[in-house]
Amino acid sequence: MLKAIALSCIRDDRILFAELSFSLQQGQVLLLEGKNGSGKTSLLRILCGFREADAGEVLWCDERIGSAQYHADMAYVGHLEGIKKELSVLENLTVALALSIPGRYSIAEALAQVQLTGYDDALVLALSAGQKRRLSLARLLITQRLLWILDEPFTSLDKQGIQLTQTLMTQHCDQGGMIVMTSHHDLNLPGVDVQRIRL
Amino acid sequence: MSLSQAFFAIIRRDLLLALRRRSEIANPLLFFVLVITLFPLGLGARPQLIQAIAPGVIWVSALLAAMLSLDSLFRSDFDDGSLEQILLSPYPASILILAKVCAHWLVTGLPLLLIAPLLAVFLGLPNTVLGVLMQTLLLGTPVLSLVGAIGVALTVGLRRGGMILSLLVLPLYVPVLIFASNAVTMASSGLVVSAQINILSAMLVLAFGVNALANCGGV
Repeated sequence: MLKAIALSCIRDDRILFAELSFSLQQGQVLLLEGKNGSGKTSLLRILCGFREADAGEVLWCDERIGSAQYHADMAYVGHLEGIKKELSVLENLTVALALSIPGRYSIAEALAQVQLTGYDDALVLALSAGQKRRLSLARLLITQRLLWILDEPFTSLDKQGIQLTQTLMTQHCDQGGMIVMTSHHDLNLPGVDVQRIRL
Repeated sequence: MSLSQAFFAIIRRDLLLALRRRSEIANPLLFFVLVITLFPLGLGARPQLIQAIAPGVIWVSALLAAMLSLDSLFRSDFDDGSLEQILLSPYPASILILAKVCAHWLVTGLPLLLIAPLLAVFLGLPNTVLGVLMQTLLLGTPVLSLVGAIGVALTVGLRRGGMILSLLVLPLYVPVLIFASNAVTMASSGLVVSAQINILSAMLVLAFGVNALANCGGV
């Protein structure tokens, strides 16, 4: 499904990575490891199409990424959550839903999944950092996205939050989804095929 | 969900945001009103002079008010990552960005249009000219938003893009200023202004087309 061929990324005069190739099938997780500044986020942004790779290419279903089909199939949660803090939880999710193809959960079900039931009308301004993270997870659940690209999904989550995120990730992979992610935490996804790449 | 639903969802979202951050809407409008009301005070009791420069004053103020409001078009969405999410949508980014520009015009351009007749009377413009003034504002202010959006899209990634934004956008605003204020001046001497109105309409159509193309590349 997702295939990277001989990717290189050069920043200023440093080579972050070169000749990096991998492929990801349904149900698999790709975990990028490496110290700060090793190019993990740059690689994720290349996979999203925000950044051009200095060499090599990324293919989705044997086509170069950037097509509407790719955008319908992938979702990205980065350092910036992409959530408007002046809008309520419900308003944020409604916009996210309108911008993509509806998925397996309704908004109410997704909020229940991330344990934010009852927060529908709360302004995001009033949520804690961990709750905001969980809201961005809810955004993944309401849309039909096969490939999740997650940049440090466990940041600012508590123990339960991390557990919850891992459960949702396992579910996603069991249903044929794919995840590319970076993390400094240990990953515990029972029964999921996890590839690791060290940058 | 379809493209039109996504389009209106963005407009609705931006209007809601504007409602929750009222000072952002009020700022350009207040600027517009203040500048225009200060002119008669500065020029003293010379009604003929004020009437003669009124079209230019109104249009220059509208143009500067539009410049003032431009940065807010993409700034907060860029800062909190919403712009990335909009670009990752399967729908064409140019259409979604156009929705943002429409919302921006509704919030910053439309209020100028609504308050302009009041200010025109204040400056002593004859009632017969009001129609033409409104027509030029109706055609011209969307051009300001559309052309400005291209400039903002190109500069939003810079830390301090304000200066470059003005240099980029202001020359492109000049034709609108010339034709629009000329139309109002001519109308107040009782001349036909269909040529200027047609040119403004053409500029609007052109701005729509260029905006769609340029925003994709820019953002």
